[in-house]
Amino acid sequence: MRVPVSWLRSLVPGLTAPAEEIAGALVRLGLEVEQVHRVGHDISGVVVGEVLDVEELTGYKKPVRFCHVSVAPAGAPSRIHEVVCGATNFAPGDRVAFATPGAVLPGDFRIATRQTYGRTSDGMICSGAELGASEESGGILVLAPDAPLGADVVELLALRDEVLDIAVTPDRGYQLSVRGVARETATAFGLPLADPALAEAPAPDAGGHPVVLAAADCDRFVARVVHGFDPTATSPAWLQRRLLLAGMRPVSLAVDVTNAVMLELGQPLHAYDRAALSGAIVVREAEPGERLRTLDGQERTLAGGELLITDDSGPIGLAGVMGGGPTEITATTTEILLEAAHFSPTSIARTARRHRLPSEASRRYERGVDPALPSAAAEAAVRLLVELGGATAGAVTDLGTSAAAPVLALPLDAAGRLAGRDYAPDVVRRRLEDVGCAVTGTDPLQVVPPSWRPDLTGTAELIEEVLRLEGYDTIPVVLPRAPAGRGLTPQQRLRRTASRALAATGLVEVVLPPFVTPEVLDVLGGGMQAPRLLNPLSAQEALLRPTLLPGLLGAAVRNVSRGLPDVAIFETGHVFIGAGTSVPAPGVSGPPTPEQRAELDAALPRQPRHVGVVLAGRRASWQAAISAVADLGLALGLVVEPRAVAHGPFHPGRSAELLLGGRRVGVAGELHPRVIAALGLPARSCAAEANLDLLVETAAAAGPPPAPLVSHFPPANVDIAVVVDEVVPAADVEAALRDGAGPLLEAIALFDVYTGPQVGPGRRSLAYALRLRAPDRTLTDADVLAARDAAVAEAGRRTGAALRS
Amino acid sequence: MSGPDEPAVPNASESPAGLAVADLAAAQEQGLAGFEAATTLDALAAARTGHLGDRSPLARARKAIGSLPGPQKADAGKRVNAVAGALQAVYDRRRGELERERDERVLVEEAVDVTVVPSRPLGGRHPLTTLSERVVDVFVAMGWELAEGPELEHEWFNFDALNFLPDHPARQMQDTLFVEPEGSGLLLRTHTSPVQVRSMLDRRPPIHVVCPGRVYRADALDATHSPVFAQVEGLCIDEGITMAHLRGTLDHLASALFDEGSGEGLTTRIRPNYFPFTEPSAEIDLQCFACRGASAVEGAEPCRVCSSEGWIEWGGCGMVNPAVLVAGGIDPERYSGFAFGMGLDRALMFRHGITDIRDFYEGDQRFTLALGREA
Repeated sequence: MRVPVSWLRSLVPGLTAPAEEIAGALVRLGLEVEQVHRVGHDISGVVVGEVLDVEELTGYKKPVRFCHVSVAPAGAPSRIHEVVCGATNFAPGDRVAFATPGAVLPGDFRIATRQTYGRTSDGMICSGAELGASEESGGILVLAPDAPLGADVVELLALRDEVLDIAVTPDRGYQLSVRGVARETATAFGLPLADPALAEAPAPDAGGHPVVLAAADCDRFVARVVHGFDPTATSPAWLQRRLLLAGMRPVSLAVDVTNAVMLELGQPLHAYDRAALSGAIVVREAEPGERLRTLDGQERTLAGGELLITDDSGPIGLAGVMGGGPTEITATTTEILLEAAHFSPTSIARTARRHRLPSEASRRYERGVDPALPSAAAEAAVRLLVELGGATAGAVTDLGTSAAAPVLALPLDAAGRLAGRDYAPDVVRRRLEDVGCAVTGTDPLQVVPPSWRPDLTGTAELIEEVLRLEGYDTIPVVLPRAPAGRGLTPQQRLRRTASRALAATGLVEVVLPPFVTPEVLDVLGGGMQAPRLLNPLSAQEALLRPTLLPGLLGAAVRNVSRGLPDVAIFETGHVFIGAGTSVPAPGVSGPPTPEQRAELDAALPRQPRHVGVVLAGRRASWQAAISAVADLGLALGLVVEPRAVAHGPFHPGRSAELLLGGRRVGVAGELHPRVIAALGLPARSCAAEANLDLLVETAAAAGPPPAPLVSHFPPANVDIAVVVDEVVPAADVEAALRDGAGPLLEAIALFDVYTGPQVGPGRRSLAYALRLRAPDRTLTDADVLAARDAAVAEAGRRTGAALRS
Repeated sequence: MSGPDEPAVPNASESPAGLAVADLAAAQEQGLAGFEAATTLDALAAARTGHLGDRSPLARARKAIGSLPGPQKADAGKRVNAVAGALQAVYDRRRGELERERDERVLVEEAVDVTVVPSRPLGGRHPLTTLSERVVDVFVAMGWELAEGPELEHEWFNFDALNFLPDHPARQMQDTLFVEPEGSGLLLRTHTSPVQVRSMLDRRPPIHVVCPGRVYRADALDATHSPVFAQVEGLCIDEGITMAHLRGTLDHLASALFDEGSGEGLTTRIRPNYFPFTEPSAEIDLQCFACRGASAVEGAEPCRVCSSEGWIEWGGCGMVNPAVLVAGGIDPERYSGFAFGMGLDRALMFRHGITDIRDFYEGDQRFTLALGREA
């Protein structure tokens, strides 16, 4: 909402504070004043000119006009400028804002004589935007025909002003009017408000235009007939200026009047050419498939349910959103029907959204328009049409009534109890009256909110008004005391441990968006069911990641392309698996039942936390990929073991599934050359992914580990080399040796792998160092030999291993 | 100088080979000279063989003792031993000297360029992770709990229970990323507030929870917008909770996170605003931690952190709307509460002077390594 400060001052007599001070006061009351525009302070040399003739220059891609403009006042010597202009919304005889050579426009834009399109352009015809008076140009600014030639346009339009640009929150529709902002301003400065909505309207009479309300979403409809309007009458400069400063373009007197009243009071109005109406106006819901051409020239097909203004010819307007083309005010309209109505916010919001048609009217209706306004607003508009357009006021139609405002009971101390400080009873009462409430009673107060505050529906909202008008800065600062806590849960602690452990092994954490393409999932092997977005930001990345790898692999490619060839990155985060289902949403008048709660949770796809790792360049090795997860397991007190298995995106001979107590917890290894080629990764890139939730839950469930037996007796170290078939995994041999050696075995480690002529083709030698120790004695040679032989025997039994000779 | 192989010295006629006084003196003198002349351990070892070894003059003299008549044996033995002892002492001393020299030379030779240090590849944690943990720690230290919830949510938790009416603009397609099936109400949470709703349903008051997490909006990625970003919210519900408690908590968090070193503390200010889930609602401004507001005075040094505003927009807050308490199963007549939330990305941006939010989500290793070293 753009509020010209001069307009604001007209509704708050006595307001002398400078614009910046007004803005500061409004900010403290919770109005978001985003900017204070200073308008017209940096303009010079723009005068009223008359277009003498127009020559259309042809042969250019866009319309170009060559004109002569006279800026000489009557009786003065002729001063005619030739000028090239790109706008087309003017005709010979129009008075325009003309920037003479040497003129300065906002932004220190200096106008000079120049050659363009093969002509001399000796100045510029200005648009409202070029004068800093409106946001969009929409062509040049055509002035009133009586604007004196040669007069300073800034003076004439009183363009020097300040404009408060206020972002209005959805609950505060009343601030979409100068009246609403003036009320806050009056409160802030302790001044009286000259409420412009007090105009007394004549009572409805039998001769009014017939109107039928046939939809519950319209509870009030005022229609005013205006006769004998002079269609040649134009808006006076003050009216044009107010519209321009407020960000609207002057169109014609009748339309400008409806817009000005809307800006001042917040009540959208619509003016129909009454001669184009046929029969009674009926407000009803649209049938599916009905059609309407709106003011913007769009032919719209209705979905059904939209609130419509209709007459015998069918739909003539999308109620509260946009009028229809065939009944709009034209250059020959003399009979006008003015509409001032009240519509349900949700109905208007739905229609505006469905037809992607946010309008000045719909913005206001969505946020709630004062239901008591229609009559006063229509009266204000009629008076202006009479005064400025030579019209006479005709018959009045006034249907419907708005629901009576609720009476809210507010305990006197309620505001203080929520704020944590006391407010005197008269302060509470006065602040509620400041916002327009009628307050009676003592304790609790009986409060009737004003018609323009549909957001005041309960005590919390009333309390907010007291707190904000008294100032949030008067609320004390007290730290609340929580009961003694138990800190993080074991799972939360373990997740931190996991993140630190990954970083400690040289991996760099990244955080990546979860949006992936179906194509990348196909490259990774397919078969994954991922939830799909209904409105993805990019049509390609429409799926939610069922695996962390696509994001990590993309990040690896990005690092390499940025000249960082050695990549070692990890991410922990949710993945999304499966599809969601539809369940009915419970109401909000209480908590959901346990059954409803379970149903809601069951409707969600599974979202486990995963950990993913990608290694490329010199950091890449299949061993490092497997140990990334195995080491993470160790940090959590878990043993994660690899087992060879061919898996989707991985090299079939260089990847493993990772087992936790026999249960698959992840995969790791070198990526398949096909994946590497498809994604543009460096050769031999490696990756790992594991279910972090499963790791963490297993670790949390393990409970406190038992203490080790720390024997002080000396160890006996034995090396064992066995020869096995090449295909036998070393892990199996080690497990057999471990089991065979029995309880004396303290540690075992593989220290050599040999293939070659000494062991023969298809065989390999594995050499292990075993450390044996007893808890209660020094081991004898016999003990050691027995353990060694038992280990070798078990390895031989399980894997065919033979002691290397 | 005479070597060990030179002809016998005088007195040879009186004593057998080498045992003459002059012979022994010569052996001693030559030995001493030989040892002193050795400049390396190898040369010293060779000299030892020559003067104290099995074929040295001294060894020959010792053998000759056996051929002497009995009474002379003892005297000859004494003289030979004296010479041997003297030679051995010099040899030992000289060897010590040469070994020390060698050891020192080795230390010099082994000197390296200590500035050539290969670095082990470093890892690091993302600054969003570490900041989130810092925030959580501040609250856990006060006895609060860390609460978590799913990122793909049902709109009942994300909107309905938070008092967003069915046609609230925030629910619309342009803000929210919705998930199939159409009409299911499944979405990517637009804030971490659904975790607050879940906390209310899962706990009984008093409730003190802090909820960090990733949230999503249908914003195209550019320097200041990201469809994914990180938030942290807090919720406190108990009997007698007031807006003063909200202000106290915000000031405490501001000081704990941003008052690095001074110990003076930082303050926040709140300005009225609107959120469906709180009433009253407010915007939170953080006192600029760099200039502490000093730059906002006319003529003062400008401040880049707060653009000389003195305050930094930090987040939103308010007293929990009674309608939200009701949907969360909490009696609004008995309990009141406050809630607040702020963007973690934004906090990091103004703390470190990050100008492009895309840096957070592109996975560039340099970003994490530069910022992710803080605990």
